[in-house]
Amino acid sequence: MSSTDAAQTGLTIEALTKAIDAVVATIVDHASELTDLDMAIGDGDHGLNMKRGFEAVRGAAAKIAAQTPADALKTIGTTLIMTVGGASGPLYGSLFLAMSKAVADRPIDLVVAAEMLEAGIQAVQSRGKSHAGEKTMLETLIPVGAALTAAGPAADPAALTAALKAAAAAGAASTVPLRASKGRASFLGERSIGHMDPGARSSELMVGAVCDAFFAPAP
Amino acid sequence: MKKFMNDAEQFLSESLAGFVAVHADVVALGEGGLYVSRAAPNKAKVALISGGGSGHEPLHAGFVGTGMLDAACPGQVFTSPTPDQMLAAANAVGGAPGVLFIVKNYSGDCMNFEMAAELYEGKIATVLVNDDVAVEDSTWTTGRRGVAGTMIVEKIVGAAAEAGKSLDELKALGDRVVAATRSMGVALTSCTVPAAGKPTFTLGEDEMEMGVGIHGEPGRRRVKLTSAKTIAGEMVEAIVADIAKSGVTGGPIILLVNGFGGTPAGELYLMAEMARTDLAARGFTLARMIVGNYITSLDMAGCSITITAVDDALLALWDAPVKTAGLVWG
Repeated sequence: MSSTDAAQTGLTIEALTKAIDAVVATIVDHASELTDLDMAIGDGDHGLNMKRGFEAVRGAAAKIAAQTPADALKTIGTTLIMTVGGASGPLYGSLFLAMSKAVADRPIDLVVAAEMLEAGIQAVQSRGKSHAGEKTMLETLIPVGAALTAAGPAADPAALTAALKAAAAAGAASTVPLRASKGRASFLGERSIGHMDPGARSSELMVGAVCDAFFAPAP
Repeated sequence: MKKFMNDAEQFLSESLAGFVAVHADVVALGEGGLYVSRAAPNKAKVALISGGGSGHEPLHAGFVGTGMLDAACPGQVFTSPTPDQMLAAANAVGGAPGVLFIVKNYSGDCMNFEMAAELYEGKIATVLVNDDVAVEDSTWTTGRRGVAGTMIVEKIVGAAAEAGKSLDELKALGDRVVAATRSMGVALTSCTVPAAGKPTFTLGEDEMEMGVGIHGEPGRRRVKLTSAKTIAGEMVEAIVADIAKSGVTGGPIILLVNGFGGTPAGELYLMAEMARTDLAARGFTLARMIVGNYITSLDMAGCSITITAVDDALLALWDAPVKTAGLVWG
């Protein structure tokens, strides 16, 4: 969607489908990087699990294309919960389910999108019993949510893309010096320091892919 | 990596197919391969359902059968199963007396079982197993990991369920056994997840990982390999110091020396001897001892030591008949 279209008609399922394709592609492309990050401080399965889950989302493409954006987000959430496993499945699944619920039959413009993301972040916090500063995906999602909320209804697409990507990158990078207190990385104690959290990185990748799909100028 | 496999993606389903074919007298594969249940389910009793990532065989599917679990949900290797698996298992084996989930304390397992419990419409309760004393500083972690003590919990609670105890009684019994159980592990090598193709971590020829978890996740510290007596002594010391905080300083125990998959039985029995003599010298009575590969970590070399403080009632439940692929007696 361009911001002008969004202001008038809201996010279309075509635009959402394009974003989903971009997210699936980036997760599949970066699966081994995510697995390597997870090997350093977890159990080395984040890339494989995310790849399996998002390939299942790709498999549901025909169903999603016939749905409203809100129902499509619900399909994505349910698919991830049933296919990813581990902690990432319930967490990313809860994110998408809460975003779907927050649409509440409204056209999705930037203001609604910001509300949706905030609702999604709340759901991740409550499912994971976690908060900022624990070296998790929230380190990426919370600043991205804040940047989207701050952007307001008429943000310039290029500036918004830059702001969201910068927030995501800074958020993921901020996990490196943190000591984990949630998830398997927490068992490492001090040894979790110095490594990027794989969930924060996968969230950064997803934010980047969504921005590019929504806001990149047509080739 | 050298492993017997065709395609990493098919590893779990092919292995599971072999498991249910070989043990067809005890277990059956559930609808869609989502779970393994008893060959002859009994809905008149509380149904015990466990599950977790695969790669720990025989845990959990190997403990499905009379006197132990009613169903087990295998996730991908080292990855929690998903809520639809636990829900399908609960709907298949759960009856009016209710369902008891036995869950190892990991973020992913907890969240997936929690979502399944929210979706299940019948009576349900959960016992969380967290016996690993290697996780020291609980304010920094999601709590202690559930490791080899899970087998003891599943055996004792399984016997009580078979005897017709209620869901509330079984939940209380499970919590009690967890509170009386402590474990500590050590790895001599890493393990290789089939789909990853390379070792999860690296250990030097002369190094060991003290306090290792059952997914190859690092433990307390990496140290130089030393004598079996010293290694067992450090593990026993950690366990005994921890259970003393619960007021247990001696008395009858069950001792489990569990192999992680890559250590020969001879070494495990040697470690059992070191642990046994050490514990006896500290005033514990070895009421029962069991040694073997029960809660493995793929091909990791190493072992864990578990003790459960018991009384006559718990011992009677431990001794009660069991017929599963992994444990058979009575």
